[in-house]
Amino acid sequence: MANKVIVETNINGDPVELLCEPRQSLLEVLRDVLELTGSKEGCLTGDCGACTVVIDGRPVCSCLMLGVEATGKNITTVEGLASGTSLHVLQQKFLEHASLQCGICTPGFLMSSKALLDRNPNPTEAEIRYALAGNLCRCTGYDKIVRAVTDAAAALAGRTRPAHGTVPSETASGMAGEMLAKGEAK
Amino acid sequence: MHAINYEAPKSLDEAVKLLAAHGEKARPLSGGTDLLIQLRAGTRRPEFVVDIKKIPELRRISFSLQHGLKLGAAVPCIEIHENSDMRKYYPGLTEAAHLIGSLQIQSRATVGGNLCNGSPAADTTPALIALGAQARIVGPKGERMVPVDGFCLAPGRTVLQPGELLVEFHIPAPERHSSDAYLRFIPRNEMDIAVVGVGAALSLDVSDDRVVEARIGLGAVGPTPIFAAEASKSLIGKTLDAAAIENAARLAIAAATPIDDMRGTAEFRRHVVGVLTRRALAKAAERAREANQR
Repeated sequence: MANKVIVETNINGDPVELLCEPRQSLLEVLRDVLELTGSKEGCLTGDCGACTVVIDGRPVCSCLMLGVEATGKNITTVEGLASGTSLHVLQQKFLEHASLQCGICTPGFLMSSKALLDRNPNPTEAEIRYALAGNLCRCTGYDKIVRAVTDAAAALAGRTRPAHGTVPSETASGMAGEMLAKGEAK
Repeated sequence: MHAINYEAPKSLDEAVKLLAAHGEKARPLSGGTDLLIQLRAGTRRPEFVVDIKKIPELRRISFSLQHGLKLGAAVPCIEIHENSDMRKYYPGLTEAAHLIGSLQIQSRATVGGNLCNGSPAADTTPALIALGAQARIVGPKGERMVPVDGFCLAPGRTVLQPGELLVEFHIPAPERHSSDAYLRFIPRNEMDIAVVGVGAALSLDVSDDRVVEARIGLGAVGPTPIFAAEASKSLIGKTLDAAAIENAARLAIAAATPIDDMRGTAEFRRHVVGVLTRRALAKAAERAREANQR
């Protein structure tokens, strides 16, 4: 067995002490050592963003960082978004707008969106699209994701309507988003 | 990935000792956005990975109008873009740093890593060359300064010897009417590797729009980033009119030695060198005319 090192870090608000090999990426440490499997492995080259976590306020591909580099950092993963059983507003809006289909990209999109809204609570559509450019989704075509983030920003600011012009919303009834949202509301 | 040892020195002295002790078995780790991919692919197999991000000298942006810029080799690109001095005085280098990959990548990737990785298509390198940046290198035999236009030797190879560490870039103070620009061609809007990149820096005498200083750097059109010396020299003392710009673009094309690959043919790349040189010069000139730095 290769040398293991102790890493002291903070994950989702809790101090964590863990043991890992220096060669393990942060993504491997999150998934395999800590069993936080919300962060997904996609490309392993920093192109797809499925492994995105927020570190000291910035979005980072956890596949491109060693676990040992987490020493002393504050890390938020998708598991840190909801409080107990109540979803984070971004998660809620992703459901309402049907911003996911297969779902593998969703944790990454949520974390990039979280990093954006924490820094810029009132982003334009262009700013949202720029902030999400490092996250790939092969299902949704992105518009629904942009709508969810726009709506989440408005909800967080206590507005009923987005401050900026938004992507035209799909109003057809019986869409997946509405069904999911209803299911969630039970 | 093969087993590695991880070290994270907190001072330059400690880092140099570690790197000297391990020699060719060590590789500095900055943002890791290239290195981790290479470790995983097995294209680099260091036994020791030396994380240089905890060394204060490598993490600072220090600017004054008197002394110019010292840019730490391990400053993440996003911090460059967030720095108001960088945006104001070195907009070309700043835009080069800000178009590398996604925000996730910019949160980690560094200008020093971009250079040391030795890719001919590195976006920040032509911008550094245009600014006349010098690389401060510290190693077991002491310190040396190497101009960035002589730093890369071949794809993936640089002047760095085993045990040596790139600490920071020294970039001259801006002149009263000087500025820079970096443009790259990719077949999409964002997040791709340069087919061609061109950096240009100009200092102007605005009384007659005469060029006092000019430097042009080219990326992705040769085995290393290129300083287009003849093109740069051709502009000095000239009024920056269409003929002067056209002549510089022609000389920049002559300095390029591109190859055909999946990103573009050599012929296409030479054409784009001309287009981007004209545009980068025009953009740098427009910024330089508006600038009033002192």
